[in-house]
Amino acid sequence: MCETEQKTSKNTPRVATGDRAILPEGAKTIPVYIMGKQYDVPETLTIMKAMEFAGFKFLRGAGCRGGICGACPTVYRMAGDYKLHFGLACQTVVEADMYLAQIPFYPANRASYSIEEIGGSPEAIHALYPELFRCVACNQCTKACPMDVDVLGYISALKQGNIEKAARISFDCIQCGLCASRCMGEIPQYQAAQLARRVYGKYILPQAEHLKARVEAIEGGKYDAMLDELATASKEDLEKIYVEREREPDFAEVGSWQPKETQYL
Amino acid sequence: MKISYYPGCTLKTKAKNLDKAAVASLEALGIEVEEIDRWNCCGAVHSLTADDLIHQVGPVRNLVRAKEQGATKLVTLCSMCYNTLARANELMKNDEEKRDTINRFMDEEIDYMGEVEVVHYLTLLKEEIGWDTLKEKVKAPLADLKVGPYYGCTLQRPADIGIEPFGSYTLMTGMLEALGATVVPFNAADKCCGSYQVLGVPAGENSAGAALLNLASDAGIEALATSCPLCEYNLGKQQEQMIEKGKIEKNVPTYYFTQLLAVALGLDSEICHFELNSKVSVELLKEKKCLAAA
Repeated sequence: MCETEQKTSKNTPRVATGDRAILPEGAKTIPVYIMGKQYDVPETLTIMKAMEFAGFKFLRGAGCRGGICGACPTVYRMAGDYKLHFGLACQTVVEADMYLAQIPFYPANRASYSIEEIGGSPEAIHALYPELFRCVACNQCTKACPMDVDVLGYISALKQGNIEKAARISFDCIQCGLCASRCMGEIPQYQAAQLARRVYGKYILPQAEHLKARVEAIEGGKYDAMLDELATASKEDLEKIYVEREREPDFAEVGSWQPKETQYL
Repeated sequence: MKISYYPGCTLKTKAKNLDKAAVASLEALGIEVEEIDRWNCCGAVHSLTADDLIHQVGPVRNLVRAKEQGATKLVTLCSMCYNTLARANELMKNDEEKRDTINRFMDEEIDYMGEVEVVHYLTLLKEEIGWDTLKEKVKAPLADLKVGPYYGCTLQRPADIGIEPFGSYTLMTGMLEALGATVVPFNAADKCCGSYQVLGVPAGENSAGAALLNLASDAGIEALATSCPLCEYNLGKQQEQMIEKGKIEKNVPTYYFTQLLAVALGLDSEICHFELNSKVSVELLKEKKCLAAA
């Protein structure tokens, strides 16, 4: 038995259970507390799977199950300790004596605006989210972030008028709302950060010239005739075109291959 | 020499003319300025409620940042930031019980016991450069400019964090004299500009500020030097409306002391961002031939 496995499971190997209701031989269960009630769940499951194992069914509060959609933020505490922990239910593996609470949605303020009209100044963001100035730098937002975003850092950057810094710091935000749930200033941090990234993209980041040219070419109808041709082709013709298409060889070195037919480029 | 620098939010937005001129001047004087990484609002204004510790967390966090980045001194220049940071620092140095509570609350940070010294820019200038050396470095003396040093409320109050004793204005006076200006004593140097009270009155109707400007022109002061963005807003940016409304008779252009410093050091006037001052400010400097022909 390898050492790392022994460390993580206190000398006994863990037996993965998948989502089977009848546990394979050797699988162990541990107690967790869901909304205060004890359930014994297989020790290898994520919080989300463990809750489903316990009989809960997610109608909301579950999304991508891949740690990126922000639908399953969870607050938990270990028995005997005051410290609160934060994570995503789909990513965090259960531990014995976890007290769990799901915060799938938080009723934080979201300003309504038209990105075309508000302009690219920090004052535009300040006007839409004046509550930014209620921040007392308590840093609970940063401590709550399951993505390790420096939330206080981007809120400070916004107050300092540095939209680019706010956009960059907040880049990993998945809009789960845990920051807002902990904020004594009632600031919707993640909404303000999203606005900052939109303003940054629209007004501050230079446009890529090649992308602009590409969009112009597409909008100018460069591909319309080709698409029409495909749309009106018979099934047999389509199959033939597909099979005979030029294709980059597998494992071709980057930049080493060019198609003979260049009209589609 | 290298110094850690805390700019403050206003200096990055409305008061770039305070920040940019300050940093450029120190660099021209051979002091490398290093803005601390990841700073937040200073917490202004200092909370006077004894048990309101949450409003000390903001300033203390900045001091923690300075400490963890290896600084023993943190220089700052906005009067409000200086006051708030210095007072929070005193609290952390002297009040064991509150220090303990704040350190426990900020359990994600290293403990802080007041190790970093908060220094005002003027103090740093005097201690690290000295007025004689500064005088030698001046390239464009502010000859013929009659300047009143204006301290406002927060540079000297309370006494334990004051940059110098109440009623004494030697730091700003020393700097201005080294720059070649004629310093005119200003008997309202410690009076309030109107502070946040102006938010409740229409533009140009700030009586406290108007009274102050009238006293200044009566004393023969042509220009006021300040280190506070709120004072600059109340006294400088409101002057046009004050004249329109008959509150004051004569313009008394206001400057951040760092702008006068940068000008005298012969730095490019662009760095001073005079467009953020009232129009009369840059006009007076041109009239007095203090600005290199732009």
